[in-house]
Amino acid sequence: MEFFHKPTSFPFMATRKVWYGLSIILMITSIVSLATRGLNLAIDFTGGVTVEATFPQAANTDLVRAHLAAAGFRDAQVQNFGSARDIMIRLPPETQQNGSEIRAKVDAALKSVDPGADIRSLDVVGPQVGGEVERSAGWALTFTLGLIFLYIAFRFHTWRLSLGAIVAVIHDPVLVLGIFSIDRTSFDLAVVAAVLAVVGYSLNDTVVVFDRIRERFHVNRRLAPAAVLDQSINQTLSRTIMTKVVTAIVVVALLVLGGPVLRGFSEALLIGIIAGTYSSIYISSAIALDCGLTAEHIFPTVKKTAVDHMP
Amino acid sequence: MLEYARWKYVLIAVVLALALLFALPTVFGEDPAIQMARRDHNPVTAATEQSVEQTLTGQGVHFSKTYLDDGRLMIRFPSVAEQLKGRDAVTNKFTDQYLIALSFAPRVPAALRVLGLKPMPLGLDLRGGLYLLYQVDVQSAVRQLLDGYNQDIRRALTAANLPFTDVTLIATNGSTEQNGVRVTLPPSANLDQVRDLVAKTVPDFQLSVVSLPSGRAVEGVLPPAKIREREDYAIEQNLTTLRNRVNELGVAEPIVQRQGLDRINVQLPGVQNSAEVKDILGKVATLEFRLVDVNGNAYEAAQTGHAPVGTKLYYLKDTGQPILLKRSIIATGDELTTANFTTTQEGPTVNVRLDARAGERMLETTRDNINRPMAVVYIEKRPETKIVDGKKVTRFVTDEKVISDATIRGVFSNSFEITGMNAGDARDLALLLRSGSLAVPLYPVEEQVVGPSLGKDNIDKGVDALVIGMAGVFIFMAVYYRLFGLVADTVLLANVVLLTALLAMFHSALSLPGIAGIILTVGVAVDANVLIYERIREELRNGVSPQAAIRAGFEKAFSAIADSNVTTLIAGVVLWVLGTGPIRGFAVVLTLGIATSMFTSLMGSRALVTLLYGGRRKVARLLI
Repeated sequence: MEFFHKPTSFPFMATRKVWYGLSIILMITSIVSLATRGLNLAIDFTGGVTVEATFPQAANTDLVRAHLAAAGFRDAQVQNFGSARDIMIRLPPETQQNGSEIRAKVDAALKSVDPGADIRSLDVVGPQVGGEVERSAGWALTFTLGLIFLYIAFRFHTWRLSLGAIVAVIHDPVLVLGIFSIDRTSFDLAVVAAVLAVVGYSLNDTVVVFDRIRERFHVNRRLAPAAVLDQSINQTLSRTIMTKVVTAIVVVALLVLGGPVLRGFSEALLIGIIAGTYSSIYISSAIALDCGLTAEHIFPTVKKTAVDHMP
Repeated sequence: MLEYARWKYVLIAVVLALALLFALPTVFGEDPAIQMARRDHNPVTAATEQSVEQTLTGQGVHFSKTYLDDGRLMIRFPSVAEQLKGRDAVTNKFTDQYLIALSFAPRVPAALRVLGLKPMPLGLDLRGGLYLLYQVDVQSAVRQLLDGYNQDIRRALTAANLPFTDVTLIATNGSTEQNGVRVTLPPSANLDQVRDLVAKTVPDFQLSVVSLPSGRAVEGVLPPAKIREREDYAIEQNLTTLRNRVNELGVAEPIVQRQGLDRINVQLPGVQNSAEVKDILGKVATLEFRLVDVNGNAYEAAQTGHAPVGTKLYYLKDTGQPILLKRSIIATGDELTTANFTTTQEGPTVNVRLDARAGERMLETTRDNINRPMAVVYIEKRPETKIVDGKKVTRFVTDEKVISDATIRGVFSNSFEITGMNAGDARDLALLLRSGSLAVPLYPVEEQVVGPSLGKDNIDKGVDALVIGMAGVFIFMAVYYRLFGLVADTVLLANVVLLTALLAMFHSALSLPGIAGIILTVGVAVDANVLIYERIREELRNGVSPQAAIRAGFEKAFSAIADSNVTTLIAGVVLWVLGTGPIRGFAVVLTLGIATSMFTSLMGSRALVTLLYGGRRKVARLLI
């Protein structure tokens, strides 16, 4: 079976303004959503307590909330988690965080709703830890982007391709954050890890295209850059789409079967992969072109300094 | 002609065989189990084993097997539910004399175990257990040091007859924490002499002379390197102590590690009760031995708040009665060489042994004070968090109580017994004295308890996703790339085996994100194969002969594969370095997975394809 019998010839470069426009709209929407709705940060970032519990029958979250309030936990967030019988309780950070005391009280409150209730896990994060985690996540992202920029500049001899790659890639995490802001999925450390992994992984496509560009320029330095970029993308399109399809199969399996703990993680992976493919194809080369990329930049000519080697 | 070097075939075969061997133990899985060890560290007897079996059957708990392993009793259970029932049944009867811990027993057959092959360890989110992140109060360590210097300087100045107004601790040079000492001097003081003396007493200080509104002063500041050194020492000391204490808890495969500059990470698989554990781990408790002052009136001192000269007021732990003790200390908990808990006719007892110097002091004291009472003071420091000026502040509160004031009946030096506590306290005290004292206090800032049923659930879900995901990929590749697709599938399978083997060898704990990492690696691995195959198809479309197309496909795709994997590798390494816990588990899997996928896709695929289509024969069509 083969979907791509003939090489395609989509005019990517010629239509790049359209794609810029689309990207800008998506980015603005994400940023606006982040600014207004914000993210549903998990306790990894805010500090606090998370309790996972299971009931023998479907749990009534309002009833649970009422019992918790009676036990002294007034700002408890209670929601279903995976199935109707499982609930997740979230308590804000307090001054005296004694995990075992909290557990005992929550256990008592839950058992007063249904004696068969069972606490499956309890997670306490002090608020000072949460703040630091935010900073490390920021560092991790900056560091990764910086290293990647340097690596591509080194391998392809020009900063123009690096810039294209980085700009394309920056827009992926922003999009992921935007979607998390819109659908209020819980944003925890695993999501940050997924975003970082996706940043690295979606650059695969970009590098594959760049490699093809380098090959074409090597063959013929005098080709027009726009044409070379177009052809390179088209020629690698089959491979790009096929890989993404296969990876998507795997990530969808994770999303559907992986359970609620990995929900945020799998969602971030899926969105990131789709966004990453889009940006690799439509954005990275376009930006390199608009920075004035030519064959010269990838393969600088060596100037002859003397007429001949004789004294 | 299509060829592949023979030695490369051999290399691949050897690597795969080894990988299979290392990965095999993991496939067998583990059973939920209970581990019992005697609190007095003697090996568990066969009689106890039988007694335990009877208790379990008596309560209707199903267990698969009991056996003795390295002095401990292991009981295997068919399910987590039975394991928990078993724990409850056994705890009631045996907890006084035995440490009982939830554990897990690998099902690895003896043949593999003998070779030393172990399965991949599972993280807490897959096994259940307790995770604690402790903050170490390193500032106290520095303060202790400065306090010591303060005393030393005062003594030196007094001995040399150099007048001074005061010696205080200061925070200077832009530091918010105390890092130095200031000696304020009266106008008549000889600056140079004072300065020289301070330099001799504390060579580590950087000295300067300052003029303050109140007069002149000599300031000594600890350089940052020395401060760091002291903080490191405090943390290393605490790490050792915590490790000892954790070992005493009898938990299987515990982890105690330093995290960052001033934190310690403790992971205890199978432990569910965090209260008990935190109590033991975080306790700063020690003993002091002092003579009782029989001359003074303790009640009067309690009323007025003044203790007579040379004494100090304490209260008895049991009755709350006031008692006066002499100021000089005969021995402290630090000078103990061992401490053991036993039960004698007098009740719960702690047998202690002092070191040589303290033993001598004890000998002198008991010799000179027969028929007079001696007291044992139990000192404990607890963290208390309050809000001060809107900020959370954790201070340590010291609790000193007299636990025993027995009369000295005979002369003894370094070996004797302490009574007067209840069993629980006595047992804890013996443990604390044995494992060493904490150099500085610590308190938990993060804690997580995962129940074993949740752990099992997580494994099931993760493995399901992995199997279904891989099945989907296999089918797709086989349909889309036909024979070459089957080659890719074989290579993918080899990749997962190789990755599992590496993780087992590295002894890196697998977490739920780690399983997700394996799943992601499948995607990454396929990428390389797709690159090669699409290139081969392209060459064929351009009219190149089949075997030449294969060769060209592998050659030209190589640089693209190498470069593109590096970017994912960079992300993986950054996460490995900066991440902790389950996130680090994911990063390790991702990074190793990229390495293995490059090996299997490039070398493995090439080997297989050459086997299928290589040699001198004429190949008409490629099944791609």
